Amino acid sequence: MATKVITAEDVRKVAHLARLAVDESEIEALTQQLDSILDYVNQLSELDVTDIPPTTRAIEVSNVTRPDVLEPWPNREDLLAIAPDREDDFFRVPKIM
Amino acid sequence: MSVIQELHRQLVRKERSATEITQAYLDRIAAVEPTLHSFLTVTGDRALAQAAEVDQRLAAGEEIGLLTGIPLAIKDNLCTYGVRTTCASKMLEHFVPPYESTVTQKLQAAGAIMVGKTNLDEFAMGSSTENSAFGFTANPWNPERVSGGSSGGSAAAVAAGECAAALGSDTGGSIRQPAAFCGVVGLKPTYGLVSRYGLVAYASSLDQVGPLAPTVTDAAILLGAIAGHDPKDATSLSVSIPDYTQALKPDLKGMRIGVIQETVGEGLQPEVKSALEAALKTLEALGATIVELSCPRFAYGLPTYYIIAPSEASANLARYDGVNFGFRAEGASDLLEMYMKTRAQGFGAEVKRRIMIGTYALSAGYYDAYYLRAQKVRTLIKEDFAQAFAQADVLVCPTAPTTAFKAGEKTADPLSMYLSDLMTIPVNLAGLPGLSLPCGFDREGLPIGLQLIGNVLGEETLFHVAYAYEQATPWHQQQPQL
Repeated sequence: MATKVITAEDVRKVAHLARLAVDESEIEALTQQLDSILDYVNQLSELDVTDIPPTTRAIEVSNVTRPDVLEPWPNREDLLAIAPDREDDFFRVPKIM
Repeated sequence: MSVIQELHRQLVRKERSATEITQAYLDRIAAVEPTLHSFLTVTGDRALAQAAEVDQRLAAGEEIGLLTGIPLAIKDNLCTYGVRTTCASKMLEHFVPPYESTVTQKLQAAGAIMVGKTNLDEFAMGSSTENSAFGFTANPWNPERVSGGSSGGSAAAVAAGECAAALGSDTGGSIRQPAAFCGVVGLKPTYGLVSRYGLVAYASSLDQVGPLAPTVTDAAILLGAIAGHDPKDATSLSVSIPDYTQALKPDLKGMRIGVIQETVGEGLQPEVKSALEAALKTLEALGATIVELSCPRFAYGLPTYYIIAPSEASANLARYDGVNFGFRAEGASDLLEMYMKTRAQGFGAEVKRRIMIGTYALSAGYYDAYYLRAQKVRTLIKEDFAQAFAQADVLVCPTAPTTAFKAGEKTADPLSMYLSDLMTIPVNLAGLPGLSLPCGFDREGLPIGLQLIGNVLGEETLFHVAYAYEQATPWHQQQPQL
């Protein structure tokens, strides 16, 4: 197999950035899968993209604006009712600091 | 014959009530669901209540629109107020949206009846529905085969007659590939033609909602009902929506149809190749001119997609943090641990892989090499299509390199699963409309799909070509034996 694109250490770092707890027993398989995907996408380096502008949206529409009109949410209770944990009108979370 | 038009005729002539029609679909669902599992939620009571309202309107002598009283299925990544919307993820297993998506709102306003929410790959990431957290959807033509994905539930439901038609979403082929695998018609509209408001976001620069239907006419009717500008979606286009059924004409005189040479080489199942060749002869006999042309960067669509889509997904799925809605893991002692555990337990393996690929591609030191380069290749792919459309009105290629594969065949190797979207992905990258319709069967009796690709806002031309081909061929008249 060719040189590794991504190492186990990279995978641990990326998992942390993405806020995904990864068990140490999963790291090897995950590294191998991500490596084969990254190795595959690296074929894009075959193309010369000098002076090619990037496409950021499929169909160009820019500066879309609308009037800034206040629209109160019609069913506030629906929003609070789906919270995993709530106290009165607040979303409860575990200790922050 | 159009299923929607036939049901509409029965309703206005009072041959059947909306309640009878809806009940018949609910009975069909009850009969075939143990085999197929197309639905994650069946909304029977709600559907019958909606049907009773339609019957009251009919009894009062009201005139009804084409979609009034028509039972439809909705992919379970479209938010429906008061009806749980899971995205086939443990993360949203009990999520009841506090609002309605624009497309389902439009269908409701048109009087359509929702019979249920259909299965998909988790967060629409996959090509077989095997990434659903709640079990896969079997192919109605052979339950050992996959229905395709990610809109496999909607495609199977249409093919098996569990609904008159359905909505799906398509980021890299998720309407067209399952439509091909299940032998139905599926359309991915031009990016921006249909509102994404209320569609749970996967890759926002690629996602589009579109119809899956038994015939081209049904797909045209359904697209007309959901298309149009929406102030709630800043990427939605301000264009007037034609009556797409007016575009359905039986001959193709003067139509230039381009065959993308890069799609007919190695790697195609032989029967897929011969079905394409036969379809070209039929199109020519209908008056079209066949042009051979090249999109040299077509095959780079797949690697480009697997940088751009995961990158966008890694940002879009950051919202699932266990704070405001959705799943939260138990037993975390602080906020960071709660995020880490919630996301580890709430997401499935493929979703995690894509979030990690995207996070990696966007991280410091790698952005230029991955994300920026992919955006530049996206420009090259768009340029190839622009050149192709200087020579042809519509492009054709197979929808997928093979017919429906066996369940379990590709789950161990993510990359081999990705390859089944090779033909559909470039179309999303360029924002173009693409339609899949049945063009034959392989020796196992599995449907084969023909993909038609249109220029920007070329939906009428796509429907025209698809309709002419459909009327000249017997494929859409065949039903799976269940």
